Amino acid sequence: MQDDKALFDIFRHPQTIQALSRKIYQEALKLSQPLKIMEVCGGHTHTIMKYGLKQLLPDTIEFIHGPGCPVCIMPKERIDQAIDLARMRNTILLTLGDMIRVPGSESSLVEERARGCDIRPLYSPMDALKIAAENPTKKVIFFAIGFETTTPMTAALILRADNEKLHNLFFHINHVLVPPAVHAIMDDPQNRIDAFIGPSHVSVITGSKIYEPIAKQYETPVVVSGFEPVDVMEGILQIIAQKNENRSEVEVQYSRAVTRDGNHKAQAMIEQTMNVRDTFRWRGLGDIEHSALQLGENYAHLDAEAVFSQFLSNEPIDDHKLCICGSILKGLAKPNDCTVFGTACTPNSPLGSCMVSSEGSCNAYYRYGNVV
Amino acid sequence: MCLSIPSKIVEIEEDNIAIVETMGVRRKVSLDLMADVVAIGDYVLIHIGFAMGKIDEEDALESLKIYEEMIIAMDEEERRSLIEQDDNCSNRSI
Ligand code: SF4
Repeated sequence: MQDDKALFDIFRHPQTIQALSRKIYQEALKLSQPLKIMEVCGGHTHTIMKYGLKQLLPDTIEFIHGPGCPVCIMPKERIDQAIDLARMRNTILLTLGDMIRVPGSESSLVEERARGCDIRPLYSPMDALKIAAENPTKKVIFFAIGFETTTPMTAALILRADNEKLHNLFFHINHVLVPPAVHAIMDDPQNRIDAFIGPSHVSVITGSKIYEPIAKQYETPVVVSGFEPVDVMEGILQIIAQKNENRSEVEVQYSRAVTRDGNHKAQAMIEQTMNVRDTFRWRGLGDIEHSALQLGENYAHLDAEAVFSQFLSNEPIDDHKLCICGSILKGLAKPNDCTVFGTACTPNSPLGSCMVSSEGSCNAYYRYGNVV
Repeated sequence: MCLSIPSKIVEIEEDNIAIVETMGVRRKVSLDLMADVVAIGDYVLIHIGFAMGKIDEEDALESLKIYEEMIIAMDEEERRSLIEQDDNCSNRSI
């Protein structure tokens, strides 16, 4: 029991965190200028807010909350397309988690479901195989979302669907890529970000090597950290050490799950089934070249965007005019800079996408108070 | 909540499906993304019904001890829902 307790302490015990905090204070004294650290991933935003890590750090360390929330960056026109698909006759639309609550231009999937469309959130993409097999007379469409973490699961499903010759399972692919988004943020001249906490689980798939060009080009250390408070604190300490030693490298704090090369098989399955799009519009960040994936030519017959193109609207749609999610995703504003934060916009009635998902910055601020 | 609790492979079935167990909760996952040979007793990280990577046994055991403390107080129902939530954690989509 004593032993278990000690191990438990490694992650959460205030003393460990305090010790790290003291170390960070000491090392931060040597910094030549204040540090703006972007945590790319919404999971890290949550850890920082939930455990009040900002209060344990010197004022010279500032967090910028990045775009790593797949639901928050989905543009309204793609959600409208999901709704267009769901409204077709004899159709079952499948997607993951929070996606069904995100407002499109006029409606959301959850509202469409209330109006009678057959829309089902899945626990696992694999469940789509069973649904398609059980409903041979219906079109079953998987609205696929997520970063590099979730992409190989869609790839595995595509390969299985093709292998089993399922004729009624289609894919609407919205998988997006982390590095192009980071480049888009860094190429904005208004921006100054000195270092990154790298995503945990994207990196399990891609390996930490995908951040090497970023570290080099912008001279920003990148430390891939786990999600526990001690992981994040250790990551920050590694960043400060790099800055003090004038290094800009990719380091992996989360070495219990992340390697430099990642999961080769998952990477190969993505390559086999998908191509990089010329461009993709990100909510808040605008059009970013080569930042998303689409189905490969060999699978064009499964591509809902091609097969049902006559049903799909394609108008780019602006965000709600009071919503500043765009600036928040770029790290240029904080949720409490938004005039409707917590009043007209709350998790129960979100105006913007950053309020919908538990990964979104506005949602995290709403839940944990304005403590960052 | 995103704990990324390590899961242990307890059975391997046909069609590249395994049964994993996490703190007493069992469920089916796909091994389609696993390149290395996966054996009974290996620890893996689960996301939306797939094993996405192996975790070194020593690290896994250490993590599990940490989580045990949290979970020991929960009943069966709570435990299952926590672990299913963890597999499906939207934070892990990045
Ligand atoms: S509070 Fe709501 S409206 Fe304001 S930026 Fe956040 S999501 Fe947009």
